[in-house]
Amino acid sequence: MIKLESLSKHFGKTIVLDGIDLTIEKGEIVVIIGPSGTGKSTLLRCLNFLEQPTTGTMTVGDLTVDVNRASRAEILSMRRRTAFVFQNYALFANKTALQNIAERLLVVDKWPKEKANKRAREILQQIGLGDKADAYPAAMSGGQQQRVGIGRAMATGAEVILFDEPTSSLDPEWVEEVLGLMKQLAAERQTMMVVTHEMSFARDVADRVIFIDGGRIVEQGPPSEIFYNPKDPRTKDFLKKILATNPV
Amino acid sequence: MDVLNVEYMVGLIPVLLGYLPLTLQLAGTGMVLALILACLFAVVRVLRIPVLNQLTIVFISFFRGTPLLVQLFLFYYGLPQLVSALTVIDGITATIMGLTMHFSAYMAESIRAAIVGVDRSQTEAALSIGMTNGQMMRRIVLPQATRVALPTLMNYFIDMIKATSLAFTLGVTELMGATQKEAAGSFLYFEAFIVAAVIYWIVVEMLSKLQHYLEIRLNKAYSR
Repeated sequence: MIKLESLSKHFGKTIVLDGIDLTIEKGEIVVIIGPSGTGKSTLLRCLNFLEQPTTGTMTVGDLTVDVNRASRAEILSMRRRTAFVFQNYALFANKTALQNIAERLLVVDKWPKEKANKRAREILQQIGLGDKADAYPAAMSGGQQQRVGIGRAMATGAEVILFDEPTSSLDPEWVEEVLGLMKQLAAERQTMMVVTHEMSFARDVADRVIFIDGGRIVEQGPPSEIFYNPKDPRTKDFLKKILATNPV
Repeated sequence: MDVLNVEYMVGLIPVLLGYLPLTLQLAGTGMVLALILACLFAVVRVLRIPVLNQLTIVFISFFRGTPLLVQLFLFYYGLPQLVSALTVIDGITATIMGLTMHFSAYMAESIRAAIVGVDRSQTEAALSIGMTNGQMMRRIVLPQATRVALPTLMNYFIDMIKATSLAFTLGVTELMGATQKEAAGSFLYFEAFIVAAVIYWIVVEMLSKLQHYLEIRLNKAYSR
């Protein structure tokens, strides 16, 4: 379970997140939508402590931290409970697909090499890249790289996987294979928080859609409600614009 | 003008080659120590570790800002005067100290630039899977920075091999010192120094070949 209480993030005088309260159940698939620059990515990055939140508390599983007082050990512990999938894949360029996935198990979890590689091979099978174990990122397509990025997140065994616009950098031809893998994970009830502009994914896969604007949660609910019966005028306005270019 | 005394030159080759191991030992030891020191300096600079960062900046500034020969004389003649325990410091040790500190100052800057050049999203990814800063440096950043820094570091190594010739001013009989002695005995300066020059040249050429081979190996991950 994930619980955020009055989570805020300021960059200097700019308030990017303005008191976010949010509870996510284990196995829940949450899709976050909203205009650009409204704090969606920052929210995910705060959860992984890639950004230091300004105030508030965060709970992931049995760990609760007051973000102001989080010790180095708590930050590390929080990072190990959350996994991140980056928009630009961010694979380790000096490591093969297999090594990218096994890295966490080897280095952080201190598994013996054989065991880590065995697990990494299982994951490669699951993400449909069983034959790419020894390929380096430079030799893979965008879609393959992003699937390895997801595989790397899966290997962490984290409570939640955070997806930060995972298909936004992809050529259109690779989008489906990445979304397909995410649907597969969703079907396995992997807890996920996804920031995306793929509205059909949100409609078909999400348990809950959250609309964020101006650093606040404006509206949230099941996709049927948000897409077909939005209450807030800002949600209506956003959906009208995005669905015009990106029909569901 | 007499023609070159080729016979003397040929005879001198094995004599001078006998001193090459010491030259290589000076450069090899200096390079290993300088690399270690340079990596530490670079990490201190990149992570901006308080106090150490400032000390490192001063250290680098001094050792880049003064001639190597001055530094060698400082270590060999100067230090024992200040600290009596160092009177036992010999020319070889002083040379290695000088080479290490002088070249680590230069190398730290190129390693730092190479570290900063590693794609920031990869360091975030390393942190995101729960690595510590140290693990991130060791596993992700330094291996990639090495590849970028390699050509420059090899240049410094080549430079260092040639700089070992300054050791003769501290009374160390390495390749240059031996040549000087031989030449002074035979008065055949041109012959002696051309043999020494060719030996240095061949060693450096072999290193260039090694550099080429290493670059191909380290680039393996980046070719399609």
